[in-house]
Amino acid sequence: MTTVVATPETKAGKAPKAQASDRAVGENRLGLKLVAPAVVLMLIVTAYPMLQALYLSLFRYRLTTADEREFIGLGNYITALSDSLFWQDLLNTLIIMVVTVAVELVIGFAFAMVMHRIIFARGIMRTSILIPYGIITVVSAFAWQFAFSLNNGFVNGWLPFVADDFNWFGGHWSAMFAIMASEIWKTTPFMSLLLLAGLSQVSEDMLEAAKVDGATWWQRLWKVILPNMRAAIMVAVLFRALDAFRIFDNIFVMTKGAEGTESSSFLTYRQVIEQFQLGMGSALSVLLFLMVLILAFGIVKLFKVDLAQARGEG
Amino acid sequence: MKRNSGAGIWIGFAAILVWCLLPVVWILSLSFKPVAETSAGSPQFLPETWTIQNYKDILADGDFTRALLNSFGISLIATLLSVIFATLAAYAIARLDFKGKRLVLSIALAIAMFPVVALVGPLFDLWRTVHLFNTWPGLIIPYMSFTLPLAIWTLSAFFREIPWELEQAAQVDGASPWQAFRKVIVPLAAPGVFTAAILTFFFAWNEFVLAISLTSTTASRTVPAQLSYFVGPDPFNPPFSQLATASVVVTIPVIIIVLLFQRKVVAGLTSGAVKG
Repeated sequence: MTTVVATPETKAGKAPKAQASDRAVGENRLGLKLVAPAVVLMLIVTAYPMLQALYLSLFRYRLTTADEREFIGLGNYITALSDSLFWQDLLNTLIIMVVTVAVELVIGFAFAMVMHRIIFARGIMRTSILIPYGIITVVSAFAWQFAFSLNNGFVNGWLPFVADDFNWFGGHWSAMFAIMASEIWKTTPFMSLLLLAGLSQVSEDMLEAAKVDGATWWQRLWKVILPNMRAAIMVAVLFRALDAFRIFDNIFVMTKGAEGTESSSFLTYRQVIEQFQLGMGSALSVLLFLMVLILAFGIVKLFKVDLAQARGEG
Repeated sequence: MKRNSGAGIWIGFAAILVWCLLPVVWILSLSFKPVAETSAGSPQFLPETWTIQNYKDILADGDFTRALLNSFGISLIATLLSVIFATLAAYAIARLDFKGKRLVLSIALAIAMFPVVALVGPLFDLWRTVHLFNTWPGLIIPYMSFTLPLAIWTLSAFFREIPWELEQAAQVDGASPWQAFRKVIVPLAAPGVFTAAILTFFFAWNEFVLAISLTSTTASRTVPAQLSYFVGPDPFNPPFSQLATASVVVTIPVIIIVLLFQRKVVAGLTSGAVKG
């Protein structure tokens, strides 16, 4: 984030500090007042329910038999963690996350390169790239479900190496493939826009210099372009990985978890909403939350992304 | 780098267009297939006979039009309120010195990454107790909470770029504080606010997990939820062409927004995420 780090000094028009401490106190108070409503709103729907989940997860509590609520300590966690379904779903989620983010990174980067170099029809390009981003995930899921469907889909007819009567939703891997196709289609444009922004920060002079020095296209890509847009890549990976980890909509619409395609999010949803198992559902919610936390922490530590510093807050 | 606009760029351009538009053209084509054709099975891309009967049917479907109304109402109200609160917070973050600025940004970031499904259970329980289950506010409140982080990040990135000294300059030139704010600051800040509003609207329009969990009837069910429950008379043979038609109808607002405001949306997505 080389170019952005320079911004904090240029914060123009800010009241000079330490001129009068009254003023500083007032500014502090006004600042807190202005952020308070937003912070309260953000916490009311997340912090309180999360604490509630933490509490409920210690009970055997089914909504249909609410009177039989019983304290069982960590029982729900033990049940969940010793059930193979939990691990199967976690594995599915991780596979989807890794595959989709990797594919999106490659295709998204190719798209970003094209958009960066193109000198005509930039408006058309931008409009089309935003359509998958803006489209409802459920609609994307339907479009791909129909495309892959046995009787009404065009995919079997178009792909030469697939039999016309191949049922994509009849097997685990083919169903996972269809789910990932929808996910990748919808979110690659977002990835490519983030990468495009990173690409435009790579200095043309440096590339020119590398070229003069005789660097091949491949060398320029790996030695100049990619290292210089590292921050943009990391932010894109962080956002998309956490987003992909929460995958739900596509699975709900396309398979409803059939053929072992359930994700961790879907499992949690099913326990709470379909089976009214608030105790077990809450335990799964807490586990899901912890996993996202570990994942976010892991990515940030692994790639040393400091978001606050990246935007000049540090 | 930019001078290379040969065949490679053309191929890339064509690839991007096909990638982005093929599935859209596909549901569009599907929406013009007669129901009889899809229930008999029609694997070809284009309809054999074209009909607009699906559009007539879907717009006459009271549940669907009600869901459209819910979607518009809930998304617009959530967007409006979220942007107001985010503007206040972003102004403070970009312009004022106060303790806990980093904390606010961290909370926003943490919530942006929050697994929404983890809230479904407790929120379902809480909403039933306080009678917000299956109501508009029952969805508007969580939508605000989950769109605030994005709006705050985008807006504070925008506000940071505004040359605020212009406000003082205008006052020196004899404008009242209100005039200076209205005539100088508002026009500069408006594009950012507008961009944040578009991104917020997209989120609310798209949201699915809460929409299916916190609603039970068409009184507050939004379009994505309604679509997933729309199975038609025969549950084993979903009405492909009608679902496609409904999909096309809900995609129209998205396409209109994208066509009109593409530049702003791109600016918002990248300023909110890459610069910070």
